[in-house]
Amino acid sequence: MSVVFIVVPLAALIVLAAVIAFVVSARRGQFDDLDTPPVRMLNDDRPGRSGSSTPNP
Amino acid sequence: MTAADATVRASLQHATAVVCTHCQLPVPAGLIEPDAQDQFCCGGCRTAFAVLHDHGLDTYHDTTVGRDGPVAAEPRGRSFEEFDHVTFHELYVRRTPEGLSQVDLYLEGVRCGACVWLVERVPLVVPGVARAELNVRRSLARVAWDDTAVSLSHVARTLDSLGYHPHPFRGFEVEAMRRREDRAMLARIGVAGAIAANVMLAALALYSGQFGGMDGPYERFFRWVSLLLTTPALFGPGRVFFAGAWASFKTRTLHMDLPIAIALAVGWAQGVANTITNSGPIYFDGLATLIFALLAGRFLQQRGQRAATDSAELLYSLSPLTARVVDGDATREVPAQALLPGMTLEVRAGETFAADGTVASGRSKVDVALLTGESRPVSVDAGDRVYAGTMNVSSALRVRVDAAGEQSRLASLLHQVEDSVRRRAPVVQLANRLAVWFVAVVLLVAAGTALFWYPRNPTAAIDNAIALLVVTCPCALALATPLAVSVAIGRAARNGILIKGGDALERLAAPGTLLLDKTGTITESRVALAAWDGPEWVKPLVLALEQESSHPIAAGFRRAFDGIAAGEARLTTHVAGGGIDGMVDGRHVVVGSPAFVEARAARGPDVSTPARHLTPVLVAVDGAIMASAGFGDPVRADAGRAVDSLRRRGWKVGILSGDHSEVVASVGETLGLSRDGCVGGAAPEEKLRVVQEAGRNGTVVMVGDGVNDAAAMAAASVGVGVHGGAEACLATADVYLARPGLGPLVTLTEGATRTMRVIRRNIAFSIGYNVIGAALAVTGVITPLIAAVLMPASSLTVVLASWLSRTFPTERAS
Repeated sequence: MSVVFIVVPLAALIVLAAVIAFVVSARRGQFDDLDTPPVRMLNDDRPGRSGSSTPNP
Repeated sequence: MTAADATVRASLQHATAVVCTHCQLPVPAGLIEPDAQDQFCCGGCRTAFAVLHDHGLDTYHDTTVGRDGPVAAEPRGRSFEEFDHVTFHELYVRRTPEGLSQVDLYLEGVRCGACVWLVERVPLVVPGVARAELNVRRSLARVAWDDTAVSLSHVARTLDSLGYHPHPFRGFEVEAMRRREDRAMLARIGVAGAIAANVMLAALALYSGQFGGMDGPYERFFRWVSLLLTTPALFGPGRVFFAGAWASFKTRTLHMDLPIAIALAVGWAQGVANTITNSGPIYFDGLATLIFALLAGRFLQQRGQRAATDSAELLYSLSPLTARVVDGDATREVPAQALLPGMTLEVRAGETFAADGTVASGRSKVDVALLTGESRPVSVDAGDRVYAGTMNVSSALRVRVDAAGEQSRLASLLHQVEDSVRRRAPVVQLANRLAVWFVAVVLLVAAGTALFWYPRNPTAAIDNAIALLVVTCPCALALATPLAVSVAIGRAARNGILIKGGDALERLAAPGTLLLDKTGTITESRVALAAWDGPEWVKPLVLALEQESSHPIAAGFRRAFDGIAAGEARLTTHVAGGGIDGMVDGRHVVVGSPAFVEARAARGPDVSTPARHLTPVLVAVDGAIMASAGFGDPVRADAGRAVDSLRRRGWKVGILSGDHSEVVASVGETLGLSRDGCVGGAAPEEKLRVVQEAGRNGTVVMVGDGVNDAAAMAAASVGVGVHGGAEACLATADVYLARPGLGPLVTLTEGATRTMRVIRRNIAFSIGYNVIGAALAVTGVITPLIAAVLMPASSLTVVLASWLSRTFPTERAS
């Protein structure tokens, strides 16, 4: 059972990483517009058909 | 012309030659892939083609040849020079940290997800553009580009060539501020939520340990974990409560953040002490949940309130959505929010100006009633100023835009209204005062609870006091009134009813005396043909003669005889104060006042004289009087119904007018009002006296226009401005009805009654909730955790009750 002494802090660290990721993405405006990204994903180029290899922004 | 321009032009010309393999529409210049065999106009076509191809259905594309001509968004081929102008850059362009220029463009023609693909290809097509991101729902594209490599006009031309006509988007300052606030709030909620969830997990282990038994070291460990997790929540996201409490402490006013901050601080301190001594309960799970729930509740409430009182929405409900911009020889429709100073607009008769401006050419009459209260249209000529929200009445004008959107006079007026909504609302102030007392009482009771329980059970003392502080959140009480009022005012504005403050709603809720001005309020304030006695064949002759005149009577004839083909009038002479004399189809026609006509013609067939309250006009043809007409101010179509409905609601309706007593009496009769309720021939001073007298017996509402009735409206409990011009009205009146007729008056009183009902319901609920919650907490029935769950639930109930209440119709009745 003493494994919790290691696992819980480890879990806390993972949570911390997730929280930091969330705060950073919120600050950068990832959650400002929730309507466009789903369609943007659909419009990704099909490999080989596109004349350009640059991915969409 | 730069090389880049030449490229665009060349590719534009090229565009006509290349068609989409799938749909046969021309491929936008920027998307032509020189080496590819198949060309596509958009992502949708590319996908559809791929699907068909994968299924071996390529023959579809052979059958599409020779279909009907394609209909597509045509590039307008504009130069967009103004996008490179210094003023444009000052107004709309910002610098990004990486040294790029950035602008928000409002794009016409954004329809679906395929547009995202197309717009976001711009960086590939135009070298120098770093990013192009499209928000589909709002049709807003954010473009970042390198100023030294490419000009914005080039980017704009490319977007145009893709079929999206770009316009600058204004209001990004407010937008940016809101976005920052929203982001910070969201980050706080996220942190608080993650912490709350994880503290809950630890709490779960501890609670189950109480039943199943738990070894000392493990229990201590989980208590320390809870402490270490909760502390950042308290000093990170929870800091807003301490900041609020500190501000309230500094200004010596009691704020609802104060008990929350005390609860948090006391609970945390006690929890830390208990963790260190390893005895007694820790409160960390409750505290973390409380912070999360409070923040989430506030976020929702903020969004709700913002949506309700968005000044932009107010503005756009009054001014038109689009304007016609003159562009060389052609005109094009442009969204009003995309107008820029310096553009030239074409405004046809009957249209509303979308921006403030100067008349560049043309001559017309403008109805400025919305702003000044002048009921007669004002003549404008080249060089005269016109304002957004006013209406061009007689003929087309070209107007150079001076100020648009937030800079226009209409916008500044609406800001004034917004300010006064914030400033004076005694109902709201009352609720705030109540909340202050509430906080004081709660603090005292909490101290009492702690003192009472301490000698008996120290743990219960802290528990119960914290439960009390948490459960009796004054949020619900403080929200009850302002939220209902702001939702109602926001909804009313969308219905064309501008309400200055919550106090007006409060006073309109219970019926009293309602005094109506006649001209412009009950009647349409225009000259209309009310009686006609004469043969039909005379009408075209009269119409021909009146065609040219700008006299109100002539306009009345034109309206009444609309649809009748008129001949050509020659040799016309206009006599001021008399009438018109001229030749129509070879006949000599005279139209004018009885004196004028009788001096030029003999009595013909028997023609009746119009009723006494009408203005008489006679018509003579070839020397004989053939017809008579009576002109009056017609009663509005909805007036009768509105007055009936108001009286059914218990309002005592009367007329108070400066017009002739006889006219007022006849109008009153039409509406079924008692004779002594209709006062005619009243000068402004007399009106003021009548209103003051009526005011002694309770609420008196004066409905009139902004100029003549200003004093009476200010003296009344509630002044309602109709047709009198918002600017003049709102200086004295509490409510302005932007829609003509008395119908909105009924909506207003009904809405006010419903709003007060919602407020009362909200307050009753919050008080009931708080009393019951407090009783349960003091007696120790509920724990701090349950209190923390109950408290945001009560706030949310109030928010939802206000939001869902049907105070004013939500749909815009057009």
